[in-house]
Amino acid sequence: MGRYLPGDSLVYRLDPRGKFLLTFYFVGIVFLANNVASYAFLLAFVIFAVFLSKINFGFFLKGLKPVFWLILFTVALQLLFTPSANPLWHWGIFTFSKEGLVIAGYIFIRFILIIFISTLLTLTTTPIEISDSIESILKPLKKIKFPVTQVALMLSIALRFVPLLVDETTKIMDAQRARGVDFGEGGLIKRIKSFVPILIPLFVSSFSIAYDLAIAMESRGYKDGEGRSKYRVLSWDRRDNIMVIFMAAVTGILLFLRSY
Amino acid sequence: MEITFEHVTHSYNPNSPTANLGLDDVSFKIQDKKFTAIVGQTGSGKSTLVRHINALLKPTSGTITVGDRVITPETNNKNLKPLRKQVGMVFQFPESQLFEDTVEKDIMFGPMNFGASADDARESAHKMIKLVGLDESLLEQSPFDLSGGQMRRVAIAGVLASDPETIILDEPTAGLDPVGRQEIMDLFKSLQQDGKTIILITHNMDDVANYAEEMAVIHRGKLIAQGIPQEVFNNQELLKEDLLTLPKSAAFAKELTEKGFSFEKLPITINELGTEIEQQLNGD
Ligand SMILES: Nc1ncnc2c1ncn2[C@@H]1O[C@H](COP(=O)(O)OP(=O)(O)OP(=O)(O)O)[C@@H](O)[C@H]1O
Ligand SMILES: [Mg+2]
Repeated sequence: MGRYLPGDSLVYRLDPRGKFLLTFYFVGIVFLANNVASYAFLLAFVIFAVFLSKINFGFFLKGLKPVFWLILFTVALQLLFTPSANPLWHWGIFTFSKEGLVIAGYIFIRFILIIFISTLLTLTTTPIEISDSIESILKPLKKIKFPVTQVALMLSIALRFVPLLVDETTKIMDAQRARGVDFGEGGLIKRIKSFVPILIPLFVSSFSIAYDLAIAMESRGYKDGEGRSKYRVLSWDRRDNIMVIFMAAVTGILLFLRSY
Repeated sequence: MEITFEHVTHSYNPNSPTANLGLDDVSFKIQDKKFTAIVGQTGSGKSTLVRHINALLKPTSGTITVGDRVITPETNNKNLKPLRKQVGMVFQFPESQLFEDTVEKDIMFGPMNFGASADDARESAHKMIKLVGLDESLLEQSPFDLSGGQMRRVAIAGVLASDPETIILDEPTAGLDPVGRQEIMDLFKSLQQDGKTIILITHNMDDVANYAEEMAVIHRGKLIAQGIPQEVFNNQELLKEDLLTLPKSAAFAKELTEKGFSFEKLPITINELGTEIEQQLNGD
């Protein structure tokens, strides 16, 4: 996952609803792959998509960083604990075998596929587009009285607040640094304590921002519900259809390779 | 302490499509114990500039020298406390740094971080609260129960309490009432007279004319003029290009020139203006 990166390419121009749903769909079909050929095919597909986005590959590698330890741990688990009839190496509770190696390799590729494709979505789609998509996708639920517009509004405000809070946090951290706080120095207790001077002002300012926003919306006559027109209109056109057909073809080939 | 910038460039988010030059090859000196004003339009890079002085930001290239401390792109985050004790910084809207349950504790926070004893810090808090023009009884209150202007003063007291040699002020009077802003500006001037170096970022040209001895003009990350305010406000090129606005007195004098007055140099303070007008009226 990554923060939206301004840019322009085919992937940017796709309808966010399509991108959003197809990303989930792809994450689903990753679990259908069961042999070298099918994994290689999916990997080729992801690399092709990354290539189409025209985004530097480094940004995708960065997406791996936060889950690096999780990947390492899972892969190590598979390597050392996969039971096998003829292990290559055995010591106490640990078994190292060819089967383990293969499964670990698959899991590793699965991680890469899922992380790269979701990074692709978040790098090329603004948070607002994602929340618009969710609203549009959830629209049918209005029939069962689910408050779709309110939920979408909450979502987009929450998303809008993220960069604001990040900026606010840097600002407060700078102010406390200037007053002699060392973040990330000293023992655990000292480190935890050094976050108090950030968290309290952050809470105070988040509440006041939220309060101001609510007042500003009410004073401009905000009212949810029927008849609100939209400023950002999503449009589904031919390239999005092509994208869906392409994805169907990918699924077909994958199913073929599975039983190969 | 003298502060020197040598070819300082700072790029926000380098190596990405959103890279943004906050500072572009800035070289200049800020003189010891003087009152220096930094002006420039919104987004010109003033805050970025001063954040280098206490190493909250590191240059992308170039060096900054603060006294005998040198800051380069390679400077790491260790051992910056002595520098930050020497260089105090009042941020734009500093009230967002308040967090303790009493005003007293909040003012004591800085000095204690820099190694002062609780007793010294408390003494300093009592001294500073009076200095910024608030009543000592406020010390027992929660900082969140104060008015915006009072919060601002408490935040300023919290920075002064560590007794920094150099004080950086990033628009310290934005949003204060006129009397309040003059009180605060007078306070900074008196601190300078007690031997502190003052660096003031401001959009108020009258404050520059009335208080500063030196000024620097920043435009799009570049330093485009530096000197004594009297000279800089008479720089025709800057005025013509709209890169600088005049203090009220100078603007008034400029209009007077259309009515037959003539000034060798535009007077920038109300006193200078008064003297000039008087002389010219009596002169002929
Ligand atoms: N954290 C940041 N990330 C990216 N760009 C930034 C960041 N902070 C500032 N900038 C950019 O750097 C430039 C200079 O900003 P800076 O805050 O130094 O301006 P300023 O002169 O202090 O303006 P103001 O008078 O509004 O306070 C601006 O173009 C701004 O968009
Ligand atoms: Mg600023």
